[in-house]
Amino acid sequence: MNHDGDRGKIISRRAALLGGGKLLLLSTLAGRMYYLQVLEADKYAVLADENRINLRLLPPPRGRILDRNGVPMAVNQQNYRVLIVSEQTDDLDDTLDALSNIIPINDHDRARIAREAKRHRSYVPVTVRENLSWQDVARIEINIPDLPGVMIDVGQSRNYPLEGLGAHLLGYVSAVSEADLQNSSDPLLELPGFRIGKAGIERVYDQALRGKGGTSQVEVNAVGRTIRELKRDEGEPGLDLALTIDLELQQFAAQRLGEESAAAVVVDIHTGDVLVMASTPSFDPNAFNRGLSSEEWKDLISNPRAPLTNKAIAGQYPPGSTFKLMTAMAALESGAITPDQRVFCPGQMSLGNLTLHCWKKGGHGSVDLIAGIQHSCDVYFYEIARRAGWERIADMAKRFGLGTSLGLDLPGERSGTIPDKAWKRATLGQPWYPGETPINAIGQGYVLATPLQLAVMVARLANGGYGVTPHLARDTVDGVHAVPRPAPDWPEIGVSGHNLAQVRRGMFAVCNEPGGTAFSARIKDETMAMSGKTGSSQVKHISSREREAGLKKQEELPWKDRDHALFVCYAPESEPRYACCVVVEHGAHGGSAAAPVARDILIELQKRYVQHPAGTPDRQPDDPAGAARHRADFQLHGHDHDHGAHDHGDHG
Amino acid sequence: MIGSRQNFSFSRSEMTLKEKLWHVSWSFVLLVTAVCSIGFLTLYSAANGSIDPWASRQMLRFLVGMAVMLSVAMVDIRAWMRWSYTLYVVALVLLMAVEIRGSVGMGAQRWIDLGFIQLQPSEIMKITLVLALARYFHGASYQDVGRPLFLVPPLLMVLAPVGFVLKQPDLGTAMMLTLASGAMFFLAGVRLWKFGLIIGAGGAAVPVAWRFMREYQRQRIITFLNPESDPLGAGYHILQSKIALGSGGLFGKGFMLGTQSHLNFLPEKQTDFIFTMLAEEWGMVGGVVLVGLYTLILVYGYAMSLRSRSQFGRLAGLGLTTTFFLYVFINTAMVMGLVPVVGVPLPLISYGGTAMLTLLFGFGLILSIHIHRDVHIGRRGAADDV
Repeated sequence: MNHDGDRGKIISRRAALLGGGKLLLLSTLAGRMYYLQVLEADKYAVLADENRINLRLLPPPRGRILDRNGVPMAVNQQNYRVLIVSEQTDDLDDTLDALSNIIPINDHDRARIAREAKRHRSYVPVTVRENLSWQDVARIEINIPDLPGVMIDVGQSRNYPLEGLGAHLLGYVSAVSEADLQNSSDPLLELPGFRIGKAGIERVYDQALRGKGGTSQVEVNAVGRTIRELKRDEGEPGLDLALTIDLELQQFAAQRLGEESAAAVVVDIHTGDVLVMASTPSFDPNAFNRGLSSEEWKDLISNPRAPLTNKAIAGQYPPGSTFKLMTAMAALESGAITPDQRVFCPGQMSLGNLTLHCWKKGGHGSVDLIAGIQHSCDVYFYEIARRAGWERIADMAKRFGLGTSLGLDLPGERSGTIPDKAWKRATLGQPWYPGETPINAIGQGYVLATPLQLAVMVARLANGGYGVTPHLARDTVDGVHAVPRPAPDWPEIGVSGHNLAQVRRGMFAVCNEPGGTAFSARIKDETMAMSGKTGSSQVKHISSREREAGLKKQEELPWKDRDHALFVCYAPESEPRYACCVVVEHGAHGGSAAAPVARDILIELQKRYVQHPAGTPDRQPDDPAGAARHRADFQLHGHDHDHGAHDHGDHG
Repeated sequence: MIGSRQNFSFSRSEMTLKEKLWHVSWSFVLLVTAVCSIGFLTLYSAANGSIDPWASRQMLRFLVGMAVMLSVAMVDIRAWMRWSYTLYVVALVLLMAVEIRGSVGMGAQRWIDLGFIQLQPSEIMKITLVLALARYFHGASYQDVGRPLFLVPPLLMVLAPVGFVLKQPDLGTAMMLTLASGAMFFLAGVRLWKFGLIIGAGGAAVPVAWRFMREYQRQRIITFLNPESDPLGAGYHILQSKIALGSGGLFGKGFMLGTQSHLNFLPEKQTDFIFTMLAEEWGMVGGVVLVGLYTLILVYGYAMSLRSRSQFGRLAGLGLTTTFFLYVFINTAMVMGLVPVVGVPLPLISYGGTAMLTLLFGFGLILSIHIHRDVHIGRRGAADDV
């Protein structure tokens, strides 16, 4: 009993100690709970939300590209895709076998599908094929009960309904590259299959067209499966971007240029709107979307007529006689000549030991400014260039927008060349020889210009000397919104209106007075009359032996050796509004190959945008209802103006 | 031994079944039922508001367990004492059997299928070891306990099952067996300096043990010490559990609204991590209430054990209560990131039949000790008294 008493005392004491210890440990649990659930609660609440809430990006629909009247040029098309969800299949390979009986699936695709299916979680759909035809979709839909895990999905892909028309302007969209990812923080780019503008308008206005991505907050479970949507922000759809282009005119110009390797540009001389920018031949940008075969690609890049090049801004041509307008302006502005001073043209001119020829064998006789421009007399311009000096001519050309990029909202614009002493020393390491002044003064030699630059040059001549610059987007863009352009406020380029009028008088004579180099291509309706200047730029140097042997007719030369044909003009003469430049590569004569095209474009243009002589006001350019009405009766028909190639030889 | 006989004659050995039922601590039974009911609710939530598959089966096991508990309580304490060595040996043999079967056939079962539950010998051992040690120390005088040689047999009784369990490897059960046995040595009156010696020796062995550990074992300890170091791997469970607890806050996210548990970020939410789920949905308030109820069960266990007039009853009761405490503490401390992740369920709440049955069996023994608290048992065991 004593023993038991001792033991009883010991066990009671020790039990108390043990129990106390246990209570202490249990209270540490309470303390730990207090620490985790009260003191650190906020931190863990955030972590729990990070666990369960996933942010999903919602790609906005890409904005369309429209012409100035709202006609769509680039749209989004429904793209049917067939997807497969591996967890819903009994066996991925079996299902793919069954599916391949309906649509062809090559080994390459199969390997890719297996790879993607392995990489993603089993409930993530993997694309089997894109761009399904409607028949394929229907056949798959019918067989869907036998194809577990297969589904059809509708995505969006870019489509250019006009195919080749405007391809050079619109550019195309393509997959995001590594470099794109590094240069942008837009999370949209990380979406699989997302496409961004890679060329043309698609590239320049990519941000606006792309829109702002929306987000969807979804609750996910531990393996990432979506349980429900918590919050949704739709983002902003891409901007429907209107261009200054008039699609019907663009189409007309392109058809009028036909198979030639050529470019045509029409610019509003007051606003800088580019109404037409055509470059032929063209290509179908949709082909890039669906993937080109290597043969198609080879054809495109080896074609001597360079279908991928936008010749209106990237084609640099010797401007030929069209440059004489600059020489005339420089000579007038510097006071080196007056309009009435005459120069005698015997058909050639000697400068030191150099003999310079006029294009007209036998010469023009006594020539003043108007006649010089009208007949494009080379000797007249050799002489006035000598008097004015090359530096003044170069300076004048630059004021009219030549020799520098005009800042068009389209990539790939070339700057052309207006040479001077410094330029020649820098590029050729030679001084400027006096004999080079007359050659360059008639737009040969080193002088190069793009059709767009020549159109802008004429625009500045016709608008009274204001430094208009061209643009393609009708409105300016702020984020994903369009802001109407402010009223144009171009700087003056610092030339006298009187001198401009003298040169324009010469341009009028070119088109509207007998003997003018473009008289046969004149617009007979006086209310629409145009004024212009022809140019033919020599591609191949003519040696003195060839000259002695007698010049071959251009038509007899191989295509590659023929002169480029140029024509610059503005209309209507009474109240100038539009400037136009047409360049036909190896078209031989500006008056016969380029001027008739420009004439036809300007007639079509004025029918639309300039009041008819009858006084019926034509629709406003921006009136979509009017545009629709007009489209209805607009028929493209071959113009049957007679423009046979007779009396217009024009050699620069 | 007149006194013994007299005491024996006044003891409750002749109590009728009705009397025994009268003496059952029904408030304790109610307390246990309350905790189990919290478990049913939590399992209902874990199944996203369905009694299937967990809550219904857990309730069935609870009913079976209750019957077992009351039956155990009705059996005379002396009978339990008489059988304690036998039961211990049976449990040890079973433990060896599954161990051998486990090493012969790869991945063989470590449990015995009883149909409604799968009984693990290691669970049975948690009870029988306590009973065997209680019996051993029951007959020991204060002087006996002081003799080091006297402590060798009980030490072997502990080390044998711990060895088998460690080999499985079941760190949690080994820990529980060791700690519960230690508590019983302590209660039996083993000198404190001897514990100091053992603990000191164990501490000195840590660096040695570290050298002999496998890489994954070391990794487990490192991960425990800094779970954030491996948020996707081994530390994932602890981290997600802490996130669930912390984000539950003071009042919780609401019944069936725990995001961590319902979206499956929380692993094993119906078994080892059920406390986390409960505390995510009911907050710290819910967690503290549950720990409070557990404490109350412990207090009951202490009170019932210490009122026993036999050393066997006191030791067995306190040993079983300590085992229960270890369940509670190791599990909750684990989910809170206080001790390493070891597979110990939350008693009476985690889904699983084995632990439920073991615990209710143990509670039945405590109730039996309580009912038969005045039974006097001789120094050398009940057999002498008959």
